[in-house]
Amino acid sequence: MSSYEARFQVWRGDERGGGLEDFTVEVHDGEVVLDIVHRLQATQAPDLAVRWNCKAGKCGSCSAEVNGRPRLLCMTRMSVFDRAETITITPLRAFPVIRDLVTDVGFNYEKAREVPAFVPPPGLGPGEYRMFQEDVDRPQEFRKCIECFLCQNTCHVVRDHEENKRAFAGPRYLMRVAELDMHPLDAAAETGLDRGRTAQDDHGLGYCNITKCCTEVCPEGIKITDNALIPLKERAVDRKYDPLVWLGSKIRRRPAGGRAPAAD
Amino acid sequence: MSVVDRQEWDVVVVGAGGAGLRAAIEARERGARTAVICKSLFGKAHTVMAEGGIAAAMANANEHDTWQVHFRDTMRGGKFLNQWRMAELHAQEAPDRVWELETWGALFDRTKDGRISQRNFGGHEYPRLAHVGDRTGLELIRTLQQKIVALQQEDFKETGDYESRLKVFQECTVTRILKDGGRVSGVFAYDRETGRFFVLEAPAVVLATGGIGKSFKVTSNSWEYTGDGHALALLAGAPLLNMEFVQFHPTGMVWPPSVKGILVTESVRGDGGVLRNSEGKRFMFDYVPDVFKEKYAESEEEADRWYEDPDHNRRPPELLPRDEVARAINAEVKAGRGSPHGGVFLDVSTRMPAEVIRRRLPSMYHQFKELADVDITAEAMEVGPTCHYVMGGVAVDSDTAAARGVPGLYAAGEVAGGMHGSNRLGGNSLSDLLVFGRRAGWHAAEYAQGLAARRPPVDDAQVDTAAAEALRPFSAEAGGGGEPGPPENPYTLHQELQQTMNDLVGIIRREGEMEQALHKLAELRTRARRAGVEGHRQFNPGWHLALDLRNMLLVSECVARAALERTESRGGHTREDHPTMDRAWRNVNLLCTLADPTGGLAATDPARGQIRLARETTDPIRPDLLALFEKEELVKYLAEEELYE
Repeated sequence: MSSYEARFQVWRGDERGGGLEDFTVEVHDGEVVLDIVHRLQATQAPDLAVRWNCKAGKCGSCSAEVNGRPRLLCMTRMSVFDRAETITITPLRAFPVIRDLVTDVGFNYEKAREVPAFVPPPGLGPGEYRMFQEDVDRPQEFRKCIECFLCQNTCHVVRDHEENKRAFAGPRYLMRVAELDMHPLDAAAETGLDRGRTAQDDHGLGYCNITKCCTEVCPEGIKITDNALIPLKERAVDRKYDPLVWLGSKIRRRPAGGRAPAAD
Repeated sequence: MSVVDRQEWDVVVVGAGGAGLRAAIEARERGARTAVICKSLFGKAHTVMAEGGIAAAMANANEHDTWQVHFRDTMRGGKFLNQWRMAELHAQEAPDRVWELETWGALFDRTKDGRISQRNFGGHEYPRLAHVGDRTGLELIRTLQQKIVALQQEDFKETGDYESRLKVFQECTVTRILKDGGRVSGVFAYDRETGRFFVLEAPAVVLATGGIGKSFKVTSNSWEYTGDGHALALLAGAPLLNMEFVQFHPTGMVWPPSVKGILVTESVRGDGGVLRNSEGKRFMFDYVPDVFKEKYAESEEEADRWYEDPDHNRRPPELLPRDEVARAINAEVKAGRGSPHGGVFLDVSTRMPAEVIRRRLPSMYHQFKELADVDITAEAMEVGPTCHYVMGGVAVDSDTAAARGVPGLYAAGEVAGGMHGSNRLGGNSLSDLLVFGRRAGWHAAEYAQGLAARRPPVDDAQVDTAAAEALRPFSAEAGGGGEPGPPENPYTLHQELQQTMNDLVGIIRREGEMEQALHKLAELRTRARRAGVEGHRQFNPGWHLALDLRNMLLVSECVARAALERTESRGGHTREDHPTMDRAWRNVNLLCTLADPTGGLAATDPARGQIRLARETTDPIRPDLLALFEKEELVKYLAEEELYE
């Protein structure tokens, strides 16, 4: 129960370059790394750039790397560090720096636009949707995503391979494809859109070799690899090599409006 | 003079939370080219923090629920000060707004028969809140965000440009609404990333900027809540309504300092959690007001039996309305019976087995474990009141969401006043965003299209003035703006403002303290004109804060002046020197306007302040709506002459 002086190294700079700057700063009981960044702003570096919003782990704004590990600054308690150690904060490595700890995350918004939207089932009006909890449980897990982009940042397919960004949507948006694919009433298939195939052909699912780095850094604890990417891969592979499987999956779909849950 | 990038749009929406995104969707679907400007990244708005749900009388959980019952609950919650036409529209339209979200891909929790599940909440007669676990706000934001993307995909197919009809300007801040004579002509904004200024020329502007909580030290609100829309409306000449009503949620975390103010959900008490002081006493039994005496338990034994047998026992006093519980906690702490970090104890650990706690309250378990090292299955939480929501806001037309007195200006969501009266019910916020966001977008689009070729021109002089105002913090050290005195640190000014509002215009208000607050605000206002920043314009948080201070100071003065004027206690406004509700105040609205109507704050006398206050009598409630209540209930709220009209 006391305050102490901690040593920090914070990356400062912009797209032209920069480096680590040393700070010594007071730390109080129970604080998180974002509190320390705010104290630096208020007392030593008023123009230190950082993104943040809710400060409660719910908005996914304050993503950065602490001692090289992708984290939310607001959910990283100072008590997890040794008081003597120097704590290093750097911006997300996979995205271009704008200034200090703020990066250009536009890549993610571009990829979001490339995933075809939910297709409402024809013939069902507002208020007529019927879905069962056991059917929405799976896509609901993926909708817990706070879009902090830590998974996008840590995924080795793009982390050190800028050239892969064009063809690879990243775990967050492959998971979005899986979510829509598992939505009980999504009518994409009826319009000729095979979401599993787009994951493979348009969003680069094949690049993923299930090392689970994305799952490890997810602050929401979503099992991205096990519950989204692997099932998506299984379906895509089935379809790719066996058109009958793909056809079967279409026929098995419950009619729009779904009465009773099918026993899949 | 200044070279500022300019673009033409039909409708500009300021803010990208629930109300702003719903407004933008509506305006675009009605054919208006629509721009959204938001301070944060797209999808990060404060709406994500909402936990409980969206109130809508869909009657999925109880077939007796109707819009009339929802309307009645809302009016009671607001102590009959609500703009009744808004409460009526809100109750009528909320179900359609929720169902529509499903057609855009939302996945709510389900009932056994496959419909949207609805849960109980304070003040709602029937289970009414559509929800997704305790992350309903996130689902709402994500669904609206994805609907916007869907519309952009349609536009891309047609025009080859995702942003041809609907564009989000993220991490940009509006500092002034531009006008041509009395009408809106556009907005002046800066881009946080580059620091560059730009102007969006548009005949219609929708304010959807949320609340004002960042003017208070202890708040559940995020950094964006600096009252921007409230201030922009004032500066554009529109009045604010009933700004004295600020909701303090009784249970926010008080320790550690980093999370002070973060919400501890009401369901903790709903599921059996009890409040205790440092002496171990369940003190809420001492704080049941006379009007509620018949409805609440008198002993711990009776209160404990209620959870199992609500038909034959009365509710525990921990479940009194939010304002009552918040006041009680405040009184215990002041009397020296608080917890080590200045709150009281909220305990579930002695009330139910650990595994039940982890199952029913997973996010609370997680929140305290991760952030406070507190295992709520083994020890009590420390909690205290936290500034949560402002009921006051821009005075709007109930049907169109048009701001009064400024053609082309609209407001929806928390920034708009009237809907919730003196106190908002849980769950009525998310539905408010959707119902009035849609109405604002609809009428803004219609208004813009009606002007067609006669769009109001943007005045260059206003653009230059706005640019100079925004740049002033960079010249503070050179004594810029002719202000004597050393430059001030914007972070220090902000902390002093938060301390002032917290201590002097907080949950319990006294005449002397509010007068003191107005003096302190005058001093801060003068010093804020010397707020200086280091560095350059590219992503500079110190600069952003220096500019936000203007808004927080304006809004804080509105709250303090209106609170000083209203000599009664009602909902989110508690006067120690006027502790009871006064029927004579029931139909009185307090309107705040800028004292200097030109909006040139520099000319304003620091001592006299920037805000002028006026009283206004509200329209009588329509007879068919009044007929939804029993006479005995109305007698408690309405003055004699209102009852017999």
